[in-house]
Amino acid sequence: MDVMPKWAEVVLVPLISLLLAAILSALVILAIGEDPIAAVQLMVQGALGSTYGWGYTLYYATNFMFTGLAVAVAFHAKMFNIGGEGQAMLGGLGVALACLYFPWPHWSLALIAATVGAALFGAAWAAFPAYLQAKRGSHIVITTIMFNFIAAAVLNYMLVNVLRPEGSMDPATERFSPTVHLPTLHEILAPFGIQFSKAAPANFSLLVAIAACILVWALIWRTRLGYEIRAYGFSEPGARYAGISPTRIIMISMLISGGLAGLMAINNVMGEAERLVLNATEGAGFIGIAVALMGRSHPLGVFLAAILFGFLYQGGAELALWTSIPRELIVVIQALVILFTGALDNMVRMPLESLFLRYRKGRS
Amino acid sequence: MAMNDQTERQDTAAPAIELKGISKSFGPVQANKDISISVRPGTIHGIIGENGAGKSTLMSILYGFYKADRGEIFINGKKTEIPDSQAAIAAGIGMVFQHFKLVENFTVLENIILGAEDGGLLKPSLAKARKSLIELEREYGLNVDPDAVIQDIGVGKQQRVEILKALYRQAEVLILDEPTGVLTPAEADQLFRILGRLRDEGKTIILITHKLREIMDITDTVSVMRRGEMTATVKTSETSPEQLAELMVGRKVLLRVDKVPAKPGKPVLEIENLKVTDEKGVARLKGIDLTVRAGEILGIAGVAGNGQSELLEVLGGMRRGEGTIRLNGEPLALDGPNSDGRARRTQGVAHVPEDRQREGLIMDFHAWENVAFGYHLDASYRRGPFMDNTALRRDTEAKMKKFDVRPPDPWLTAKNFSGGNQQKIVVAREIERNPDLLLVGQPTRGVDIGAIEFIHNEIVALRDQGKAILLVSVELEEIFSLADRIAVMFDGHIMGERLPNETDEKELGMLMAGMSGEAA
Amino acid sequence: MDFLTIIQILDSTIRLATPLLLACLAGLFSERAGIFDIGLEGKMLAAAFFSAATAAITGSVWLGLLAGTLASMVLSALHGLASITFRGNQLISGVAINFLAAGMTVLIAQDWFQQGGRTPSLIGQGRFNAVTLPFADALADVPVLGPIYSELISGHSILVYLAFLCVPATWWLLFRTRFGLRLRAVGENPAAVDTAGISVIGMRYAAVAICGLLCGIAGAYLATALQAGFVKDMTAGRGYIALAALIFAKWRPWHAMFSCLLFGFLQAVALRYQNIHIGDFVIPVQAMDALPYILTVVILAGFVGKAIPPRAGGEPYVKER
Repeated sequence: MDVMPKWAEVVLVPLISLLLAAILSALVILAIGEDPIAAVQLMVQGALGSTYGWGYTLYYATNFMFTGLAVAVAFHAKMFNIGGEGQAMLGGLGVALACLYFPWPHWSLALIAATVGAALFGAAWAAFPAYLQAKRGSHIVITTIMFNFIAAAVLNYMLVNVLRPEGSMDPATERFSPTVHLPTLHEILAPFGIQFSKAAPANFSLLVAIAACILVWALIWRTRLGYEIRAYGFSEPGARYAGISPTRIIMISMLISGGLAGLMAINNVMGEAERLVLNATEGAGFIGIAVALMGRSHPLGVFLAAILFGFLYQGGAELALWTSIPRELIVVIQALVILFTGALDNMVRMPLESLFLRYRKGRS
Repeated sequence: MAMNDQTERQDTAAPAIELKGISKSFGPVQANKDISISVRPGTIHGIIGENGAGKSTLMSILYGFYKADRGEIFINGKKTEIPDSQAAIAAGIGMVFQHFKLVENFTVLENIILGAEDGGLLKPSLAKARKSLIELEREYGLNVDPDAVIQDIGVGKQQRVEILKALYRQAEVLILDEPTGVLTPAEADQLFRILGRLRDEGKTIILITHKLREIMDITDTVSVMRRGEMTATVKTSETSPEQLAELMVGRKVLLRVDKVPAKPGKPVLEIENLKVTDEKGVARLKGIDLTVRAGEILGIAGVAGNGQSELLEVLGGMRRGEGTIRLNGEPLALDGPNSDGRARRTQGVAHVPEDRQREGLIMDFHAWENVAFGYHLDASYRRGPFMDNTALRRDTEAKMKKFDVRPPDPWLTAKNFSGGNQQKIVVAREIERNPDLLLVGQPTRGVDIGAIEFIHNEIVALRDQGKAILLVSVELEEIFSLADRIAVMFDGHIMGERLPNETDEKELGMLMAGMSGEAA
Repeated sequence: MDFLTIIQILDSTIRLATPLLLACLAGLFSERAGIFDIGLEGKMLAAAFFSAATAAITGSVWLGLLAGTLASMVLSALHGLASITFRGNQLISGVAINFLAAGMTVLIAQDWFQQGGRTPSLIGQGRFNAVTLPFADALADVPVLGPIYSELISGHSILVYLAFLCVPATWWLLFRTRFGLRLRAVGENPAAVDTAGISVIGMRYAAVAICGLLCGIAGAYLATALQAGFVKDMTAGRGYIALAALIFAKWRPWHAMFSCLLFGFLQAVALRYQNIHIGDFVIPVQAMDALPYILTVVILAGFVGKAIPPRAGGEPYVKER
């Protein structure tokens, strides 16, 4: 029986979890001798106080939308894809190959090719764990973790031994041609007379990420495939009863998940760095977990949570710049969000449920 | 009479167990409401009630498995707190749960000493348990191999291990929750002999069941529960099955469905030499031959776990098999992509599965989503690349009205309906597809009486439209009241077919135990 | 490859296998009790930092060990709170703990030492130094057996010997004592334990506590014996390799030792050689780095026998209605 009304489920529970994470983070800041209120002010100022700050916040948020959606889609099929990081790394490889080896006349064509490349490579990297889960029952959590490490080794090998331009000591590809440069928010907004920071990295990929949010929403809640994915996620015996093939659902949802994680590369590799470097993903694949949990696996929730984490990321960078608080504070906040919205969900939920129960009894 | 003296003595002795004013809620559901009961020592006390009446909850409270919200427990006249199972064991209470609580990959001996070890090292504990096991065997005729691993022995033996566990802990009061659900009639009789012997040795037995026959056969006293309340406690010798049934459901019930004799037509489903092997490589169906004709209900009787589930699953496309199945003369695939549930549905097979909560419904889906479940790829629910949710909700409203689903709200999630209304949603979905063959598994398990009548009548109505129906039920009563023909399954074989008016429970019981009709 | 090189690689194998073994046995206790733990990595990392930091401040490696173990056990308690008391998702809890450790260690290290997220280098009594076994020097010159004894077996830190002693101890505890019987039972069928009058919660917390203790020793070994101080992310995936070794070992203590030695060997080889040349064919160093993970996937895929985890693993215990 549902004890809580739906609004409490989708709004109140995540908000309380977030609040708890925020309080603990504030205590951490206090403990290292800084002022949490000043820190928040600094973060807001740095991340949202200028178009430059917004540009970074939205740039990070774009990454997190892709990886958050990736985790969310897998969650709907009751799979925990921790492999977003590795899939995003491989996505970077796909983007690099698409951008380096074809003389694209215009960025839009390059973007299409890069999108396909990123999604294909990310999906391919998710395909192995998915196949092993579907056919051999290997636990997807462990295999995707392993594939993160293997991805790092593959990327390392490719950059050091294959893609590195001759004479360069830097394990990175050469710079992409200027024709594949994606328009930044500055360039997109200028025709509308809106002044946006030139230096900020937010770019056209943001629009792709928003489109991905809408497409994932339509997929999960409006299409027959989405119906099957959700049905399988809730009950595997039920799926078999309804003639939904578990193998097919595991494969398709993991391929979509991996593809979405891979797509992140059009933002960080093509949109920002314009070349592929080692550790380009910077843990965004893992932040996707926090984003999906926080957003309750709903694209709108993922969108909002991604912006929140974009804010935290940019704000955290500002903090590290101006105070003695290192960037790792963001990792701590991320951990606390995962902890409260994911693992300690019941700690928030149980008292709330008994509160609602008492309220309901009092009324009737 | 000696029996009378004994009864009088027991009447004056303090009750072995006395519960006063027990109440217990799970969230918004109240499972027990102000229940009081008194159990005399050295008797077998039955507790009867429908599924969900609160019997198991009450006994779990006595065993310290749940904590009561209110109420008191007296043992041998003394008020006792039972906060956990440890306290219950210390108070001399043992319980055999419906689903056994055994560690599958441990030996019998290890399971028996678990929680009742002597000291920190295992060796002396095991040696001591082995010795007392031999004594217990002698005393009560409960023989099992102490070194056998649980997953290798049958359910009957596993149940004995559970009883031995309780006796090893010196239980004076033994609670058994639906102990015969997984047993053949012969095994059940054996269990009842053991229970009789335990009573004669002075143990007190509490037997939870929903089967009237067991109550009448073995108990001294019986308490009846209905919707979380205790409605009556009577001496078994002074009551009748009809009276108990009425007390259970609160009004007179028709134990038989009104129906006209079947007019069987051409064969719809023909099964020849059907074999199924499960994931572990165990043969579940060992060559089944059956025919179901248009306009008849074929009932499959049998103890749970003898292949009935696998039969339904392979027919419903949830499982692969070997052999031949023909539907209206056309062979159905038993392997490959055309053997899944979707293919079966398009071929005209509908399926009300045995476990509606795990299979038949997605408990977190709205009612309208569940109405499409299995038929979600149907063209009528489709609009371009999307599902036509509006059409689906309209369809759901119509079905809910026709099948009297309460509350008739398509937006409610399945888990928020009662068992009976959940089953009505499943039955509505499957019957309204106008299938040639309807597979029905345990259609009234966990369903309230009102919905049982409704569902039974719908199944008979479908038969009267000339459809073929294959019914699997572990409730013999249900088989007798619905089936036009009865086939009995045992160990993956069909033991025989009978007509309901030419057989009785005793003969079917022999077949269910694997003894062929000729020997009976 | 000469005899001495082999001895050196094997010696290095033992050193590198030690943290894996401790973490693997830690995971064994937890998972045998039905609590999956992908947070081994984080617990080790926290222990590595607190042991090194305490040793650096107090100059006593034993106090460091104590502090490291405590830190690891605090994270274990958190995992227990999430997965036992609040019946949360054990995998998500493990992920959270890994990030919490990764972030907090650097944060505190920066606050305490201002050395870019590392501790000062440990010297003297701040480290676990090598223990020379009796007669090691005297027997060093005996052919074959001499070097094996004096180089390979002797000369490790006390924690190495402790780790290897933990193997028979774990076996004995699990299979010969009441505690072990109950612990295994709670990972297979917690309802059986509950109805037998034993606290499922208590057993699982005990298992998780032991897991924390062993992870703590593993982390302390990394920072105060294998290396001289803490650096950011110094566990470098060892927690995951230990998890892989645990699956490889099918949750059995002796097998755990052999699989950790195997993975330790792979690390030792990758550490010693960069690219390995076999004729004209070159195995790149990245392949060696990835090998433990690839092996684990192969094992998980069931190509080397099926690994069946404890039946109740990963499932929070809820009394059924």
